[in-house]
Amino acid sequence: MKIAVASGKGGTGKTTFSVALALANRDRARLVDCDVEEPNAHLFLRGGESTTASVWASVPVVDASRCDSCGRCASFCQYNALALAGSAGLMVFPELCHDCGGCILVCPSKALSERKVLRGTVETRVIDGTLELVTGRLEVGSPSAPTVIRAAIENPPALQRGVTIFDAPPGTACSFASCVHQADHCVLVTDPTPFGLHDLELAIEAIQAMTKPFSVVINRSSGDDDLASRHCRRRGIPVLLRIPERREIAECYSNGGSLLDADSSMGERLRTLLDDLHFQVSGGPIQ
Amino acid sequence: MKLAFPVVGTDLSSPLDGRFGRAPRFLIVETDSNAFTVLENARNTDASQGAGIQSAQVVIGSGAAALVTSHCGPKAFKVFQSAKFPVLQSPIAPVSELIEQFKAGSLKEMTAPDNAGHAG
Repeated sequence: MKIAVASGKGGTGKTTFSVALALANRDRARLVDCDVEEPNAHLFLRGGESTTASVWASVPVVDASRCDSCGRCASFCQYNALALAGSAGLMVFPELCHDCGGCILVCPSKALSERKVLRGTVETRVIDGTLELVTGRLEVGSPSAPTVIRAAIENPPALQRGVTIFDAPPGTACSFASCVHQADHCVLVTDPTPFGLHDLELAIEAIQAMTKPFSVVINRSSGDDDLASRHCRRRGIPVLLRIPERREIAECYSNGGSLLDADSSMGERLRTLLDDLHFQVSGGPIQ
Repeated sequence: MKLAFPVVGTDLSSPLDGRFGRAPRFLIVETDSNAFTVLENARNTDASQGAGIQSAQVVIGSGAAALVTSHCGPKAFKVFQSAKFPVLQSPIAPVSELIEQFKAGSLKEMTAPDNAGHAG
């Protein structure tokens, strides 16, 4: 089972929740940090030897001696990465290329070939021999987060675990979609503020368009009558967990600790939560 | 001389569009006779990215000899520069007035892009 932990709004506690969920279930879950523009799960999960793989993309190169400026490549490209500049011929903007290879296929004069460019890296570490953390990192200046997110998700597991948790990027754009799209269930973390609810609704709209089942975790909750709880009740959205608004949790977080360190009851609750989710998604216990 | 204008309307009374790449259409005007044609640009208005690059390609292929625009970003400018296609900077005003300004020689050629470009 694959679970994406997403949010819409940034800073709601995606990493807090996914790190704690992974730690409490380390015998049966692995964690993939898909927030490739600013991965941060490694700040809470330290140690272990790391192995790193590069993520490459192919961008087109023009052989001007073969190109007859027919423009088929430019009109094919949905991302406008190629353009005809009059007598100067074909120009390529590799920073806009999404690596589909279509321009090379449609060129009738075989004037285009591929050049590899580095889009990012995928790092794997096994913490204390039991918890696998995969971290995707986008190369600075690279436009193509989904390429690196896919590579992190498809990276061969170092440990066999029944559950993979994706710590998703914030927002509701391509990065978010390319992560959530590969999950069986999406957990949306929100905070009980008007801004949090607004972006929660945006995320729900995007998830419903992908027809993914989802549930909500409320962080910094003041109880089952806070803004987010009332909202979810009204909308009939299942709330999996409320993480209380408590100073000890914030202090623990700022020292690089997890929810499990701050709240001794959390470990057991997060194991039950994962059992329940797995039953819901696959109709049976975690293998 | 034929000039291209990114416009919001459909005739010479239309003001210039403040955007270049995502302008809904271009007017291609023969300044000697004021005869013009309308070039729709819907594909680029709605492009997810690279609207300026493609609009530059459209303008270069339109038969016009120069572009009159209020702004031009770095990627579009690079296309114009490679094609040695002049880009004249102008205020936002009706096309008919801009033609007079052009004839009076008050529209100057841009030598660099005038904004930092837009993400996405």
